[in-house]
Amino acid sequence: MSNIETKSILLAGVGGQGTLRASDIMCLAMMETGLDVKKSEVHGMAQRGGCVTSHVRYGKKVYSPLAKLGSINLLVAFEKMETLRYLNYLTKNATIIVNADEIYPPAVSSGAMPYPEDVISFLKSNYNQVKEIDATALAKKSGNVKAANIVLLGAISNLMDIPPSIWEGVIKKAFPEKLVKVNLTAFQKGRDA
Amino acid sequence: MKILMSGNEAIARGIYEAGVRFAAAYPGTPSTEIMEEFSKYEGVYAEWSPNEKVALEVAIGAALAGEKAVAVMKHVGVNVAADPLFTVSYTGTNGALVIITADDPSLHSSQNEQDNRNYAKFAKIPMLEPADAQEAKKFTKLAFEISEKFDTPVFLRTTTRVSHSKSVVLPEDPLPYQDKTNITYNAAKYVMVPANARMRRIEVEKRMQNLKIFAESFNENKMEINNPEAGIITAGMPYNYAKDVFPDYSYLKLGMVYPLPEKLIRDFAAKVKNIYVVEELDPFLEEQIKAMGIKVIGKEIFPYTNEFDPGIIENAINKQEKTVNTPAKSVPPRPPNLCPGCPHRGLFYTLNKLKVFVTGDIGCYTLSFLKPLEGLHSTICMGASIGMAHGMSKALKEKGKGKIVGVIGDSTFIHSGITPLLNMAYNKSNAVIIICDNSTTAMTGMQEHPATGYTLLGEETIKLDLKILVSALGIKNIRVVDPYDFKTTRAVIKEELAKDGPSVVISQRPCILFKRAKSQPQKPLQVDPEKCTGCKVCLGLGCSPISWKKMEKKENSKREGISLIDESLCNGCGLCLQVCKFGAIK
Repeated sequence: MSNIETKSILLAGVGGQGTLRASDIMCLAMMETGLDVKKSEVHGMAQRGGCVTSHVRYGKKVYSPLAKLGSINLLVAFEKMETLRYLNYLTKNATIIVNADEIYPPAVSSGAMPYPEDVISFLKSNYNQVKEIDATALAKKSGNVKAANIVLLGAISNLMDIPPSIWEGVIKKAFPEKLVKVNLTAFQKGRDA
Repeated sequence: MKILMSGNEAIARGIYEAGVRFAAAYPGTPSTEIMEEFSKYEGVYAEWSPNEKVALEVAIGAALAGEKAVAVMKHVGVNVAADPLFTVSYTGTNGALVIITADDPSLHSSQNEQDNRNYAKFAKIPMLEPADAQEAKKFTKLAFEISEKFDTPVFLRTTTRVSHSKSVVLPEDPLPYQDKTNITYNAAKYVMVPANARMRRIEVEKRMQNLKIFAESFNENKMEINNPEAGIITAGMPYNYAKDVFPDYSYLKLGMVYPLPEKLIRDFAAKVKNIYVVEELDPFLEEQIKAMGIKVIGKEIFPYTNEFDPGIIENAINKQEKTVNTPAKSVPPRPPNLCPGCPHRGLFYTLNKLKVFVTGDIGCYTLSFLKPLEGLHSTICMGASIGMAHGMSKALKEKGKGKIVGVIGDSTFIHSGITPLLNMAYNKSNAVIIICDNSTTAMTGMQEHPATGYTLLGEETIKLDLKILVSALGIKNIRVVDPYDFKTTRAVIKEELAKDGPSVVISQRPCILFKRAKSQPQKPLQVDPEKCTGCKVCLGLGCSPISWKKMEKKENSKREGISLIDESLCNGCGLCLQVCKFGAIK
């Protein structure tokens, strides 16, 4: 990695989507390249369907595990509308990766509020780099619907200067042997998407 | 080899590396993982105690027997443990005793935002505060050293952001365990009757003077002189936030936040012109530094509430407005919710329908105050549901008859519900208490407790029988229901509300996420689109797989839409099937 300034990534999702697992694996890959890494996460009540976020910060020497508003270069949303909740953290030139998945919160399932419409076109009209990925479909194709988080990790990996061998190594370490193959396939599908 | 660790994992590692093999705790966010991780190390004794007071007393006993021991709890847990805390400060610790308090600025998962640094000053106990995982491990080991050296309990304070953020840690070889346990008698030191306590009281002040001298040369109170114009005095995580935005400032980073190194602070003040004190929550450092007659800027510009981040510090010091110009689109809230198949759902739906006032407690079920269930109307602290239900019922007299219900989980009941329930029997209460027994400590992630039949180390043990316990406390009316069975649950609660005297209903069904329990998820249910009238009654359960879809109105039909069940989420508990009057769910 050429730039040694601290960079920030924000991962956002819903409890149960494997958001924190993906951010852990990302940190391990960064560590392998010799960088300093810190990540913060909000969980605790997340298992009960709430929002989950993780800030990942990396560089030569990282102090804060939290990024400040208006400073994040990459947002990865594991659920579509969750993107909208964290735009105030982004720089104007930020890249956004969005999973096509929609998970309805109680206000939407009860019909009290609509699910936000045209999320992708809204994002595209405000940001230059927006990529939508149907991670769940790609995970199904890889053999396990739960691997959607690793599909997204594959997509993120394209934006990072980390060699594929390092990714492969950390994924192999992160999962029990019987799940390694599925996750490596999922990672590659995300990379190719 | 360097590894990525959360602050909590690093604290557990630090305890182990310090050669400590004895720990007691009660789970509570953000502290829980410390104990879970520590219990995995080889050869340790680690227990979940019924509450924090017991956990601290267990650790005090172990220390008295010569062990190096640790008690772990969240910030409000220290309130529960406060009674032994203030007096173990007098007796000293013999072996070694470290108390870990995990504070929760921003109340991510707590009922208040108290700043437990105040306990250090109040109880006259030294306190260390790490800023990241590597320091968390190091400071944990230092805390045991200080405890041994000064015969004092030592606090290690962490916050949610330190506990639940991950950073790079270098593990070291653990100190070998040394068995120094034996029985020693020393009444003057350990029997705190007034005559002895008065003598120990003097020792406490001597110890604090010695600790003040120690703080001056403590290596983790670090001065970094850069810019002589501007400097920051800080501790813990806020140091990282400040360094992020003001890397060129001078710093005095305090690893020990009580007692303070006065000479070092004066030295820093002599070298740096404008000094900010950057600390979350209370002006704990600021007030002490101002009392030294040193001019610093603190809460005049920094918030009292919530955790900081780099932006908050930057904006406060640069006097900037917070506005960030970003595109915005409205987004529905996503509050945490009871899981599909949660045994609490049916119970709180019923309580709402019965129009009773429900004094609540701390657990997953606290979430049922939210729409649409709205089946819980107060929450103060662990165990408060029972005392409050009794107090309300007594105060309301006839007006409260059949109207007051207290609700408490099994783990919370054992934590601090037993004495208030005894009080209800003793003082002839009229309220109904419901113990939501889901066979685990669900909120913090399935910890064992005395009614689960297993210990933290996985050993089988006695299984407390709640029904026998409640009966022994003097409660005559005791009923057990399955909250999946709506009709019976409702009928039983109604019957108990109508009775004179206190009743206890045990609502028994294991947490749907609890793997050891036999109640595995059932087959997912479906909505019959022909039979569904779109009445929305099932939506009143607030169950996430159930949604409502608007449809074109057909001629001669009032139907505006229908309910749908997401089969991938449904656990088949059957509550919606029971509330549907049209037999549309199967």
